[in-house]
Amino acid sequence: MATAEHHVGHHSVTGIDNRKLLMWIFLGSECLFFGALISTYLIFKADIPAPPISFIEAHTHVENGHEVVTGWFPVDRVIDDVYINEDGTFREVEFAGVLDIPITSQSTFVLLMSSVTMVLAVYGAQHGRLLSMKVWLLATILLGLIFLGYQVYEFRLFGSEGLTLETNQFGASFFVLTGFHGTHVFVGVLILASLLLASFRRSGLGPEAGFHVETAGLYWHFVDIVWIVIFTIIYLIPA
Amino acid sequence: MATVAGTMAAPTAEGVVWSWLTTVDHKRIGVLYGVSAFIFFLIGGVEALLIRAQLAVPNGGVIDPELYNQLFTMHALTMIFLAVMPLGAAFFNFMIPLMIGARDVAFPRLNALSYWIFLAGGLVLTSSFFLGGAPDTGWFAYAPISGGTYSGSGMDYYVIGLLILGLSSLAAALNFAVTIINMRAPGLTMMRMPIFVWMTLIVAFLLILALPVLTVALVQLLFDRQFTTSFFLPSGGGDPILWQHLFWIFGHPEVYILILPAMGIVSEVLPTFSRKPLFGYAAMVFAGVAIGFLGWAVWSHHMFTTGLGAVPRVVFATSTMIIGVPTGIKIFNWLSTMWGGSIRFTTAMYFSVSFIALFTIGGISGVMHASPPVDQQQQDTYFIVAHLHYVLVGGAIVGIFSGLYYWWPKMTGRFLSETLGKWNFWLMFIGLNMTFFPMHFLGVAGMPRRIYTYDEGLGWEFWNMFASVGALILAVGVLVFVINVARTMRQPKTAGDNPWDGSTLEWATSSPPPEHDFDAIPEVRARDPLWYDRDHGLSQPEGDPDEHIHMPPPSYYPLILALGVLMLGVGPLSHLAVTALGVPVIIYAIWGWVLEPTE
Repeated sequence: MATAEHHVGHHSVTGIDNRKLLMWIFLGSECLFFGALISTYLIFKADIPAPPISFIEAHTHVENGHEVVTGWFPVDRVIDDVYINEDGTFREVEFAGVLDIPITSQSTFVLLMSSVTMVLAVYGAQHGRLLSMKVWLLATILLGLIFLGYQVYEFRLFGSEGLTLETNQFGASFFVLTGFHGTHVFVGVLILASLLLASFRRSGLGPEAGFHVETAGLYWHFVDIVWIVIFTIIYLIPA
Repeated sequence: MATVAGTMAAPTAEGVVWSWLTTVDHKRIGVLYGVSAFIFFLIGGVEALLIRAQLAVPNGGVIDPELYNQLFTMHALTMIFLAVMPLGAAFFNFMIPLMIGARDVAFPRLNALSYWIFLAGGLVLTSSFFLGGAPDTGWFAYAPISGGTYSGSGMDYYVIGLLILGLSSLAAALNFAVTIINMRAPGLTMMRMPIFVWMTLIVAFLLILALPVLTVALVQLLFDRQFTTSFFLPSGGGDPILWQHLFWIFGHPEVYILILPAMGIVSEVLPTFSRKPLFGYAAMVFAGVAIGFLGWAVWSHHMFTTGLGAVPRVVFATSTMIIGVPTGIKIFNWLSTMWGGSIRFTTAMYFSVSFIALFTIGGISGVMHASPPVDQQQQDTYFIVAHLHYVLVGGAIVGIFSGLYYWWPKMTGRFLSETLGKWNFWLMFIGLNMTFFPMHFLGVAGMPRRIYTYDEGLGWEFWNMFASVGALILAVGVLVFVINVARTMRQPKTAGDNPWDGSTLEWATSSPPPEHDFDAIPEVRARDPLWYDRDHGLSQPEGDPDEHIHMPPPSYYPLILALGVLMLGVGPLSHLAVTALGVPVIIYAIWGWVLEPTE
């Protein structure tokens, strides 16, 4: 008996698969999510007040032969009207910015390279080169993990210099924004690791392997692009 | 059906309870949404009645001030997030696939997940009453009152509850956006879609874009309360106005999220009962889209008294007045639809016609406080309470009741009693006008919102008592609806496929519809497809008895995943170990979900 099968959920007026369309619209939602976090960062960045004297006294270090205060401002700064000496005169205070552009440029490069390996994994999946797909998926996962390693290092470094969530609005908005981005990278790693794991089953990723990897890739590239915006705004545009 | 290693067998749906717990049928999920939301609507109504009892006489002492603060906060949260939004979702779920000629939504299991997460969020929010006190800051939770210094654990329930509910709405909105864009029947082009479908699509995109902003605001509030940041606390260098901006960037689109479904319902009811196609279809669509766009450009009119400066005030006053234009276009198109029509005054029609009048009153008072100097007089007075209740009760709730009477035969196969329906209508209509119209007078007479009580001799006694009596009449009206439903469900199914002679596709299938909605996918040849067929002697395609219609099987995973999300949320409210336990539950549910065969 010839039965005409009609499957719910496989119909598409636009020709775009429902699942891919969902991913695109979801990424639109994510734009507003990061938009709100970035706006918060920018609002506070413009006006970070000078620290209380107790903070200055607690975080003064000697670097290259002179005293600097760490862990308060994103970039280097000199302020001459916050610290009053015992004789009533002001002391000039030098602040060393917490942001380390060379190190974060390295981690940015790592994340950008992960987009390249992601493209190669999608190419492998779509053209039936399953070994190549697995290798490049693994490479993408590793690059994502290295990026997260840099982030953990950076967070700990900033913390040791005195900048935490509670320190000031720069700390709060910086850690929440980059923390949520890191969480997104981590979720991406989980997705790619799930795909890689599933690809070792006997049935592999099934006939739609190319589609699955491509849709995961959409998310991965989005998270990369958001990082480019965050990197530019936090690190490259001077205060 | 073979099970894949690591997944549960698909539920076989033997028992009634399990078949509802594991259902992925959009109609059943619609019923679940509708019943849950109506129960929350009754809870919100009881909260309102307690408020009116307290305010009925000067120096009243029915409830204590702390409970009063919790009640007005929870009344708003319950009505907005647990009643009006999910009642809209109930209609989206039940009607959208039918109206676009599809057999289900694009993602049936995601649809079930939305419902279960909604229920979890509703329970978290409401349980706060019994677990240390409900949120008591007003629904918009302005800083610094919402901070740890001035508010108790109720605010944590607020943050967690709204985060969970946001997840539910986001999942549902993504699902309906994809469904409407991708699952329409052949011939159903965008400019042939019923207006209700259009309004649903706009609401979906408003949710998709507005919810993440609320999420960020809530997360920052959570950090302020739990991790000693100071995003919104001036004592720590933060900015309380930032909360207001983030909240209202979500909050004003939210207003249209609440009203557009009702506008969609009215746009279906009026043509059917006027026996005339909707007047100015294209203008109606573009007016809806324009409201969706402009809804993003008016949020600061909630903040005219915060000292925004001259330029923002002028800009937001202007954009607020402009948004009245597409709204006005809709009102005139509804009136023109009835003009010269052959009108049948059913209960659904009563509600829709009164929607136009009541929404116009609320709309006009809205344009009044678009003007900053006027707004500065009205801010935080009962005038605002009158305005927003005309829009939300006279608009959204009345529209929803219209939809209930209109689609009840389609959903159940039974008619609601028209006699009780008219009682229902008149009691609600008189009650809500008695309750909310005098609030205009009270507001102009200087009565502030959210006050616990007031003294004698301020000239507020009469209208407060009047409003409280009105609230009681409104409640009796809702009670008549409950009686009507209870009586109807014992009647035989006599509705037939198309009892009202409607023009849209949901009327082309049986009442109630079969599980697969349509025996054959309908064909759409014009804007009012069933009227076009009728007038041109055409008919919809017959089902092929040999066709095997494959419907998605029920699934446990939406329920399990929602449970995981609930555990994630309950952790910060009880013990973080619950959150830690929730993570493996979520991972297990996602893996099972992905590997579960749906063919």
